[in-house]
Order: sequence, then C-alpha cells, then structure tokens
Amino acid sequence: MKADTSPKTLQRCNDFVIKFANINGSGSASANELFARAVMRMGVPIAPRNIFPSNIQGMPTWYEMRVSGAGWLGRRGGCDLMVAMNPQTWDRDIAEIAPGGYLLYDSTKNLPRSRFRSDVVVLGLPLTEMCNSEYTDPRQRLLFKNIMYVGALTALLNMEFAVVEKLIAEQYRGKDKLIGANVNALKLGYDAAQEVLPCPIGLQVERANGVGDKIFINGNNACGLGAVYGGATVAAWYPITPSTPVIEAFSSYCRKYRTDPDNGKARYAVVQAEDELASIGMVIGAAWNGARAFTATSGPGISLMQEFFGLAYFAEVPVVVFDVQRGGPSTGMPTRTQQSDLIACAYASHGDTKHVLLFPEDPYECFTLGAQAFDLAERLQTPVFVLLDLDIGMNDSLCQPFEWDDQRRYDRGKVMSAAELEAGKNFGRYLDVDGDGIPWRTIPGTHPTKGAFFSRGTTRNAYAKYSEAGTDYVYNMERLRRKFETAKKILPQPVVRCAAQPTRHGAIYYGSTSPAMAEAFAQLNEQGIQIDLLRVRAFPFADAVIDFIAAHDVVFVVEQNESGQLRMLLLTEGEVDPKKLLRVLHYDGTPITASFISGRIAAALDAHKVSPIRKVAS
Amino acid sequence: MTYFAKPKLLRPDTPKNALGYTRRDYEGAISSLCAGCGHDSISAAVVQACFDLDIQPHRVAKLSGIGCSSKTPDYFLGNSHGFNTTHGRMPSVLTGAALANRDLIYLGVSGDGDSASIGIGQFAHAMRRGVDMTYLVENNGVYGLTKGQFSATADKGSKNKRGVVNTDSPIDLVALALQLGATYVARSFSGDKEQLIPLIKGALRHRGPAFIDVISPCVTFNNHAGSTKSYDYVREHNDAVNRLDFILPRDQIEASYAPGELRRVVQHDGSILLLRKLKTDYDPTDRVGAMNHLQERHAIGEIVTGLLFVDSTSESMHRHLNTVEKPLNQLGDAYLCPGNHALEALNASLR
Repeated sequence: MKADTSPKTLQRCNDFVIKFANINGSGSASANELFARAVMRMGVPIAPRNIFPSNIQGMPTWYEMRVSGAGWLGRRGGCDLMVAMNPQTWDRDIAEIAPGGYLLYDSTKNLPRSRFRSDVVVLGLPLTEMCNSEYTDPRQRLLFKNIMYVGALTALLNMEFAVVEKLIAEQYRGKDKLIGANVNALKLGYDAAQEVLPCPIGLQVERANGVGDKIFINGNNACGLGAVYGGATVAAWYPITPSTPVIEAFSSYCRKYRTDPDNGKARYAVVQAEDELASIGMVIGAAWNGARAFTATSGPGISLMQEFFGLAYFAEVPVVVFDVQRGGPSTGMPTRTQQSDLIACAYASHGDTKHVLLFPEDPYECFTLGAQAFDLAERLQTPVFVLLDLDIGMNDSLCQPFEWDDQRRYDRGKVMSAAELEAGKNFGRYLDVDGDGIPWRTIPGTHPTKGAFFSRGTTRNAYAKYSEAGTDYVYNMERLRRKFETAKKILPQPVVRCAAQPTRHGAIYYGSTSPAMAEAFAQLNEQGIQIDLLRVRAFPFADAVIDFIAAHDVVFVVEQNESGQLRMLLLTEGEVDPKKLLRVLHYDGTPITASFISGRIAAALDAHKVSPIRKVAS
Repeated sequence: MTYFAKPKLLRPDTPKNALGYTRRDYEGAISSLCAGCGHDSISAAVVQACFDLDIQPHRVAKLSGIGCSSKTPDYFLGNSHGFNTTHGRMPSVLTGAALANRDLIYLGVSGDGDSASIGIGQFAHAMRRGVDMTYLVENNGVYGLTKGQFSATADKGSKNKRGVVNTDSPIDLVALALQLGATYVARSFSGDKEQLIPLIKGALRHRGPAFIDVISPCVTFNNHAGSTKSYDYVREHNDAVNRLDFILPRDQIEASYAPGELRRVVQHDGSILLLRKLKTDYDPTDRVGAMNHLQERHAIGEIVTGLLFVDSTSESMHRHLNTVEKPLNQLGDAYLCPGNHALEALNASLR
C-alpha cells in the first residue's frame, strides 16, 4: 500500500489542543503562560494544564493547553499542535500528534526523515541557531528560545502580535530593558516564522468574546486568598507537593493585605513545622485558643495527621485543612491528580469519627468554600477539610471573578463571653443546651474564675470533667451525631442540573470532574442520552443527594480514584442500593475527560438495553 | 477520682496574695496519681509559684501530652484553661496556642516518655523555635501507666523493679535543650521544693523557651535499689551548681550574702534571678560551659541540678515572626478581611 503523502491537515479555529514538550527548569513555564494569556486576551477561553515531574531540573515536563471557543475547560486529551522542545521525549511526543496535526520543532540540528511522521505538518525553525547568533549569554540563549517559539506561534496561529507585546510590557512593567529584550526575541520568532513557514497554518486563534470578565488563577492561590478572607491568622504547614503553594499564596497575600500600615507588623503568623504532625498540632492549639487556623497538605500529610484529627473531632476544635489531593497510595504519583483521599478524610482517625468535607470545583469555589470553611469550622466546632486536587490546585484556570460582601461578618460560632459568664450563664463545655448538638465553648483567658475547662481526648462528662462512665460517653457520642445532622443543613448544598427531558438516569460527581462533566452532558445530549446531574459540594451529604439517588433508577458516580470512594460514602451514609450506583472511574493520574465520561455512560446504558443473544460467526 | 470536687472550706486566716486569691484558687481537681508520687509535689510547686507571683489564674494556659505527668495539669490551676493533647505532641499544640495569643503564660507539662521518646522531635523543635513557654518534664525514667517499662531517660545499667538491667544509653533532655537553644535551662528534684519553686517562678517570668527537667521518682515502679531515679539515689547524687532566689521587680532584696557568692541576672521584665553559687567556677550564662559541666558530672554518676543556663537577652517566637502586639485571636474582622475593593483590583490583575 502506498502511504498518503498529502495528508488532510487539521483546519480548526479556536478549537484545538497545543502541547509544549519542555525540559524542567529551562524557563519554559513563563513563556508558555505568556502564550496562554495571549490567547485569553484575544477573548478565546483556554484550559492549560501542567504535566510536570517530581524534579527540579532536567526531567521532561509538558504544558498542555486546550483552546476552546465553546468554553470547555476540561482536559480534552490528544494533541493537534506539538511544540517539541525536548529531545528526550521526541519519539513519544511525535507519536501523540493527531493525524493531520502540526509539529513545531527546533531544526538547528538535522534529523533523519525517519524521526518524523508523514501525516503531520512539520514546521521547523532553527531556534538554537537563531539564539546563538543573537545572544552570547548562555542563560539568555536558553530563556529567549522560549520567547522565540511564542513569537513563531503568534505568526503560525494568526494571533495578534500587539496582544503578546502588551502582555510582556505588563509583565515587566518598570523594567524597560527586559521589555525590549523580550519583545525583540518575540519579534525574531515571529518574523522567522512569517518568512520560512506557511503562516498561518490550519489551526487559528481568532478574536472572540468568550472570556468576558473571567479571571485566570489556580486553585492553590485561590485557597490561600480564601484563607485570608476567611480570617485565618495562623497557618502551620510542612512542605509537600502539590499543596505548598497554598501556604506560599497565603503568606504572599498576607504580606500584601495584612501588614499593619503603621508599624509594618504582621497580623498573621505562618510557621513551617517540623512535620505534618506538628503542623496540625499547631493548628489545633491555635484554634483551641480562639484564632482561625489552618494547614495545607496532601495525602501523605493526611495519613500523618490522623491521630490529631481524632483529637480535634473529639475535643471539638475548629480547624481547617486544605488537602490538595495527588495520586496515592503511599508516595504514589506526587505530581499527578486524583480524588483519592475522601475515605481517609471522611472518617480520619481511630474510633467512631466523621468529618466535614468540602469539594470546590474550581478556583472560584476554592476561594468561596475556602473562606466559608472557617465559619463552618467555628460554627460546628470540628475539623473542616477542603478537598481539592492537583488539577484544580496547580493549574491556572478561567473562573468567575472573586467577590466579597462587605456586610458579611465572620460567624465565630458559640463562644461564651466574659460578660455572659459573669451574668451567671450556665457553662458546660459539652452540654447540648440548644439541641443542635453544638456545645458552647470559652476561649482561654476569658474570665478569672469562670468558664475554664480542661480539653482532652479522653471521655468526659458534659462539664468537661474526666469520666469513664458509659453514660457520659454515650451522651457525648449521641450529641456528636446530632451535631453532624445539623452540619448537613448548613453545609453547601449540592448543585443539580436537569436534562432537557425527564429521565431515570442520573450522574453524581464532584470537584475537578466538573468541567469534563459539563461537556459530557452536552455530548450525551447530542447522542440523545438524557441524564440529570448532581454535583456534591459537601460531606456529610445533604438530604437532597440521597433524594436524587432515590429519584433515579441508575446513577453514575463519576470520580477520579480506583475504588469509587464517593460511591462508598454514598452507600454507607445514604443506605443506597449498591446496584443503583454505577462506577465511572478515572485514575491514571491525568485529569478526567468529557469523552471518557460520555463514552462510559453511553456504553453502560447501551449494555443495560436488552439485546438478543447473537451467535458469533466463526 | 477527679469527679470529686475538693472541699471549698477556708480558714479565715488563710493567706492571700496581692490579687486576693488563696492558694486554693490555684489548685485543681484531686490527684489520681499514686500516694507519694513525685508529680504531686511538682503540682504543689506550680501552685505555690503562681500564687507567689500573683498570676491571674486565667492568664495561664496549661498543656500536656499523655502519661502520668500529663494528667497533672488537671490537678493544679483549676481556673486556667488546659489541654491534655496526644502523646508526645504537647509542644506543637502549645506552639499554636502561643501563636494565637501572645499575652498568656504557657505552661507545658510532659514526662520522659512523652518528651524523650515519642515526642522528642516536637520537644526539640519547640526549643529551637523559641516558643515562649515553660516546659516542665516530670522525669521518672519509667512508663507508669503501662506498668514500669524503661523510658529513654533511664540510665544505662539502671535496674527496673524486676531486676532487669537497662542496656540502652539515656537521653538527657537538659543537654538537648542547651544544645537546641533553650534560653532558660534547669534541673531539679521533686523532693526539693525549696529548689524547685524559685526555678518555676523564674521560668514563668522568662521570655523564650524555659526548660526544667524535674527528676520525679515513681514510687510504684522506679523507687528501688538499682534505680538511678529513686528518692534515695537522687538525694545522694544531687549535685547542685547553685540555689536560686527569684525576686519580682517590686520586691526588695533583703538577704545579705558574702561577696563573690552571688550572681545576679535581670530578666527582660525586670525580675531578678539571684543565684547563690555552690560551685564557685560555674557560670550559668555560659552555654558551652554548662554543657561541658553536665557531661563531666554525668560521667561520674552525678545529677547536676540548679539553674544551669539563662540568657537574659532572649527573644521569643513572636519577635521572630514580627507579629502585631495585639493577640491574633483578638483581631476583629476589619483587621483581617481586605474587603471587596481589594478583590476588584486583584481580579483586574488576573485577566
């Protein structure tokens, strides 16, 4: 058979995936982000994702960016244009390009024909040679190569040069020398592409109006900001990928917003602890003492904190934990995404425990739920876990702009004041005076002779006195159960999206699955499959979640772990018929895609149809 | 049992301190420890120290880990908030509490199992972090609640109740505290309240990490011949370098001493540590000298006690963090929330 030497090339406007294959530590990240922002500035929605190694320098890293005029922000998968800048991964990068797709590469060194594909449009620019002739400093040669390929892409994709130029000017505002140098490199790349390459190619970015007032930020930064707005004053932490940036963001926003203008002193404290045990210990100590406190961690940290979670649950201390989930178990896939800490968090620690979990879907909710977590923790006097994951945490994403109601006041929960104690109000630390299971507490240092109590992880009576009496223990456990009934009512409610027509099929999902699910919903609808959606936002589950399951014959539980952890929680907590809940599980460490979800759901529904047994011809 | 409240009867002539409180106001629940336990003497010393210093009981936060020693905060300062945390983790919880409110006095109570074994990491880091606290270790060399296993501070060659000889080298928390940067380091003996009470007072008024290792014999599991943590052994080998008199800034120094016998250290708050020298060449402001002396005496089986080291220019964690003077737990919404205006500017920078 003769190979087709003139493949049909991809022709797409504002709808493609471009992937940058780089070497970690080569300075490519800021160039790639510059490119992403340029597309966004042209009003075209983007969804970039870093695929990075557990490494500082030298290992391969990819930046995969979906350009979607339709606004789909989930990972699409595949690659229409590969910017192959890493010889280490050349073969696999070339193999990944869709037939009819494009390859932009550094043609300084001649490569044999066999290293290319005939069904891909090959776009070579001698980037290293261009850099070497333009620059003498080795660092500049390395960094400006990245800017040059951005310039080339600007030409190839028919983008507006002025937009990129303006972004550079904004980035280096006040440093004119850097602006000039970067724009020069950009122009060199742009001109070279115009001169020797078939600009524009079949993939193009056309100015649109799809971004609106959306902002572009990652979930970790949004969590850090949420903690500032939520009134956190104490953060204790231990470095761990991918949650470290939450604390870095908190520190940075605090320096900006929480430095006393009069004396330069800090209205916050950030302490890097010796390990995760100490970090959660500090958070518990600070929260017990009346400060809003939090830590940020990932799976291994959650494992280490288990004993302390039990203490915070049982002594009823309002702490907030941001868990940026990564691939487990053990060290697992530290730089890949998963939703696999649900069970570890929901019932963290020995004995009968239960914890409040919140599931933000994007940076916007990282901010809102992150801030709300502090109110909920103090209202409920219990740990609150904000469970995001690496996909939301580490990747910049378009989301709605942040807003804050200036009339809003922090809900500090049931804290008895010195005046109330002085007036003779009955204080029993673990007494259920209001019937909602939530007792009153006092903050250390409140009153010289009233309201002091001894917190402990051991059984106590309603007045916090040590007790080994079964009746005291049972009273306390029943009150805690009531408290979690109260929690169901005040936690964020699920979000339901109904299909165009009434249906007996439903799907439940949460967190970073959200953008892929929205797209899958549209894909299924196109295929004539009607399905209602429910996005869980908190655990323990609101009644509406269980009612949704009851209202459907089949409910797909879509999540990013191997064992179906949300499904397990639904079965346990909702006493649901296991046969009703079908698993749609994605857990290879990459973010779930719409085609994966719609494919699985369509196949499962197809299998549900009764079909005659056919004889297979031999 | 701590269920039972202590009787509140007071004699009319019961002494009161400057705040009008009696010692009873600084006591706690009835101890559930064994009769004769050294820990109860330490609790009594804490009560006396706080009474003498006219401390408002609610201005103290007392925290502990797990074990016999860690139960004791229930048995003193009943008007203070207390937190009996998890095993070996008192230092981190106390650190967090201290971050939240820099104005309270933090007293951490721990034991040799709690601090030298499971909690040695947290002990070490609290010392090096400069947490403003008094860290009391009630050191008896055994695990009492689990019935007499050796702890990590048990001396090599020391015998347990059944005659088994400890073959592991001991950890000396005082030596570690000195090495790790504690700025007030002392050792004492629960059987010597004359020595212990002033040491606790000096620690409570010290800024920065103050560590006191109190040898506190376990009458049930470690008070026999062959133990190096028994009452008899400690009395015979107590090698005090000095005796401390703690003097509040307001008090006159009345006692008179022969010149050369006395060392006077003024702490950050004006309180005075008057040290009567028992070893003429011992300098309690020389960290390295203190470490050397400790090693030399330990090698010949002596237990060095007294105020071993003090740095009157010490700093605390809040100074390092440059936090505002007002306790963080008392900052109102307006001081914490940047408001919507700031978000509008931030949103604009994210497009």
